Amino acid sequence: MSQTTQTGQDAKPIRDSGTGETPYLVVDDLTVKFPTADGLVHAVSNLSYSVSLGQTLGIVGESGSGKSVSSMAVLGLHDERSAQITGSIRVDGKEIVGLNDSQMRDMRGNTVAMIFQDALAALHPFYRVGAQLAEAYKIHHPSASKKEARKRAVEMLDRVGIPEPQSRVDDFPHQFSGGMRQRVMIAMGLINDPSLLIADEPTTALDVTVQAQILDLLQDLQREFNSAIIMITHDLGVIAEMADDVLVMYSGRSVEYGPTKEILVHPEMPYTWGLLSSVPDVSSDTNARMIPIPGTPPSLLHPPVGCAFEARCTHSDKVGGDLCATTLPDLRQGGRGVSHLKRCHLADPESIFQAEVLPLIAPELADKGDSTNSTNSTEEN
Amino acid sequence: MFGYVVRRMMSAVLVILLASLAVFTIFFLGPASPAQPVCEAASRGNCTPERLEAIERSMGLDKPVLEAYGEYMKGIAVGREVVIGAAEYDCDAPCFGISYGTRVPVTDELKERIVPTLLIAIGGSLVFLTVGVGIGIAAAARRGTVGDRVMVSGSLLVSSVPYYLLCLLAWLYLTLKTNIFPTTGYFPLSDGDPFKTFSGLLLPCLVLGIASSPVYARYSRGQMVDTLGDDFIRTAKAKGLRNRTVLLKHGLRAAIVPIVTIFGLDFGTLLAGTIFTEKIFDVDGIGVWGLDAIRPPQDLPILTVTVLIGAVFIVVSNLIVDLVYGVLDPRVRMG
Repeated sequence: MSQTTQTGQDAKPIRDSGTGETPYLVVDDLTVKFPTADGLVHAVSNLSYSVSLGQTLGIVGESGSGKSVSSMAVLGLHDERSAQITGSIRVDGKEIVGLNDSQMRDMRGNTVAMIFQDALAALHPFYRVGAQLAEAYKIHHPSASKKEARKRAVEMLDRVGIPEPQSRVDDFPHQFSGGMRQRVMIAMGLINDPSLLIADEPTTALDVTVQAQILDLLQDLQREFNSAIIMITHDLGVIAEMADDVLVMYSGRSVEYGPTKEILVHPEMPYTWGLLSSVPDVSSDTNARMIPIPGTPPSLLHPPVGCAFEARCTHSDKVGGDLCATTLPDLRQGGRGVSHLKRCHLADPESIFQAEVLPLIAPELADKGDSTNSTNSTEEN
Repeated sequence: MFGYVVRRMMSAVLVILLASLAVFTIFFLGPASPAQPVCEAASRGNCTPERLEAIERSMGLDKPVLEAYGEYMKGIAVGREVVIGAAEYDCDAPCFGISYGTRVPVTDELKERIVPTLLIAIGGSLVFLTVGVGIGIAAAARRGTVGDRVMVSGSLLVSSVPYYLLCLLAWLYLTLKTNIFPTTGYFPLSDGDPFKTFSGLLLPCLVLGIASSPVYARYSRGQMVDTLGDDFIRTAKAKGLRNRTVLLKHGLRAAIVPIVTIFGLDFGTLLAGTIFTEKIFDVDGIGVWGLDAIRPPQDLPILTVTVLIGAVFIVVSNLIVDLVYGVLDPRVRMG
C-alpha cells in the first residue's frame, strides 16, 4: 500500500476489471500539443487512463481542460499538420499513435466510434438520415448491398427507439426533434458494433427528461453489446449515473482518477471539491449552497510550473511554503488505496473535505460527522 | 413546394413586365427621336421637320407611352403590323418590332444572335466552374500550406488584369502570333461544321472562363474552409470515410449551395451579353448586337430587345436559383 512514486513520475493507473485482462483501451502518457502563431498550446499533458469492455469511464472537466482533445486523439481525428501527439494509445493491444491515415480509417467508426454533442450540427444537413447511417455501415462493410445497408439503418433506428423507423429513415436531420436526433447520432455510432464508444457530451444540448432517456439507452446498449464507453461530460450527475470510473481533468492533466463512488464520496483534490460544490442540488438542504469555483483556468500556452489549479485553490495555504506554486504535484495514490489517484500536495485532504467542504455543500451529511464510514452517502452529489 | 413555385413564378412575371415597361418608356421618351435615322435614310439626308413628324406619326411615336407600350406587348403576344415611314411589315408573334436598319423582324435576328451568346456563356461557365471551383476546393483542402498560398495569389494575379486586356492579349498571342487558336469567331451550327463552331468559340470561352475563375476560386475556397470547420465534417471523418469522400461528398455538397446562388446570377448576366468577349473575338452575339444598335443611327427595336432580354435572363436565372436552392437545401423546402 505504501507505494511511493519518484518525483516527476506519475503513478500509472491500476484498473482491474476483475478478469485480469488488459483493458480494451489503454492511454499511456498521452501528450497533445498544437503549434499556433502565439506558441505551443499544451492541450493534453501526460495523460494516462484505461477502459475495459463493459465499463464506462467518465471524463469530467471544464471547457478547455482537454477532455475532447484527448478523446479525439484516440480516433486519430487531429490533423497531423496541426497537432503533435506523443505517448501511447493502445486499442485492443494495438498501438495507434503514429498509424497512417488509412490504417486509422479502418478503425474509425468501426471498432472505435464517437458520438458528438449537438446532433443537429454533427449530422449532415443535406442527406437523409438513412443515407448517413447506410454510409457509415457500408464504409466498413464494402460487400454489403445498398439494400442491406438500408435495412441495417432501419434496424438501428428501431434499436435506439425511434418510432416508425421504416418511414423516418427517409427524413432529414432537421425533421427530427432534439432527442430523436441524438438517438440517430447514437444509432450511427453503434451501427458497426464498436467495442469502444466515445460519447462527447451526448446529452448537453438536450432537456433533462430527454437526457435521462438517452443515458438509459446508452446503458441498455452497453449491456447488450458489452462495449467500453468513454463519457465526456461536465455534468457530475451524468457521471454518478453512468460511470464506473471517473477521470477529472484540469488544464490538460489528470488531477484525480478512480472508481466513481470513491471519487464522488471521498474526493481528495480541491478542484474536484469545487466541481462538487458547483452542482446545484434541489434535493438537499436549502442551506446547501452552490459555490462556483473562482477565477479562470490558466493559459495552455504558458502553463504554470506548479500546480495548474494553484491560483484558484482556496486550500493551498495548508501546504507548506510555496510548494503549490513551484512544483507540479505528481499523480499518486491517495490515502484510500491504489485505485484512487490524485494530483495534489495536500497532506490530509480527507479531513479538510469533511471539515470545510462537506458542511457547505451537504450539511446534512457533515452533521453526522463521521469521516471514515460515509460510504452510504450521496450519489446525487 | 408547389405553391411556393407558383408564387415565385408570378412575382417573376410581374418583375419582367415592370422591367419591360421601364425599358420601353426610357427609350420611347428618350431625347433622340427614333424616327430620325429612318427619316434621314428615307430622304437621303434631306429630312425636314414635317417629314420627320409624318414618319413619327406613321410609326405611332405620337401616341401616349402606355398606348404604344400596349401595342408593343400585343405584338409580342399575337404579332402586329409595323409601319416604318412608307413601308409596312408583317411581324409575327412574338414580335419585338422591325429593325430600322435591316428592315428584318428583330425576332429572327434575336434567334440567331442568341445562340453564340448562349454557347459562350455555357462554355465560359463550364471553364470557371471547373477551374475556379476546383482551385477553391484544392486550396481549402490545403489551407495554410504553400500550395494554398500559390493558388490564392495566382488567382489574385489573374483577377487584377483588366478583362479587355486579357481578351486582347489572348487574341494577340494565341491567335495572331502563335496560331494556337487560328480561327476565332462564331460559325453557325447550321453551316454543318460543328467542329468549326466549337473551335471558333473555344478561345473566347477559355478566356471568359479563366477571367471569371479567380472570383469563383476565392469564393468557393471561403465556403469550403467554412464548411470544413463544421461539425458534420468531423462526424464524416469519425465514420472512417476517405479524405476525398469527406471533402467532396460532405464538404462540397454543403458548400455548393451558396456557390450555385452566385453562379445563377452570373449566368444571367452572361446571357444578357458578353460584350467584350464577343467584340474582340468577332462573335455575333447579343452583346455586340446591342452595342452596334446604340451607335448612330440608333436602331431602337434592337436596343429595346437586347435590354429586355437581358432583364428577362436575370429575372429568370434568379427564379431558377431560388428553385434550385429548394432542391439543394432540404431545409428550405418546408418554407
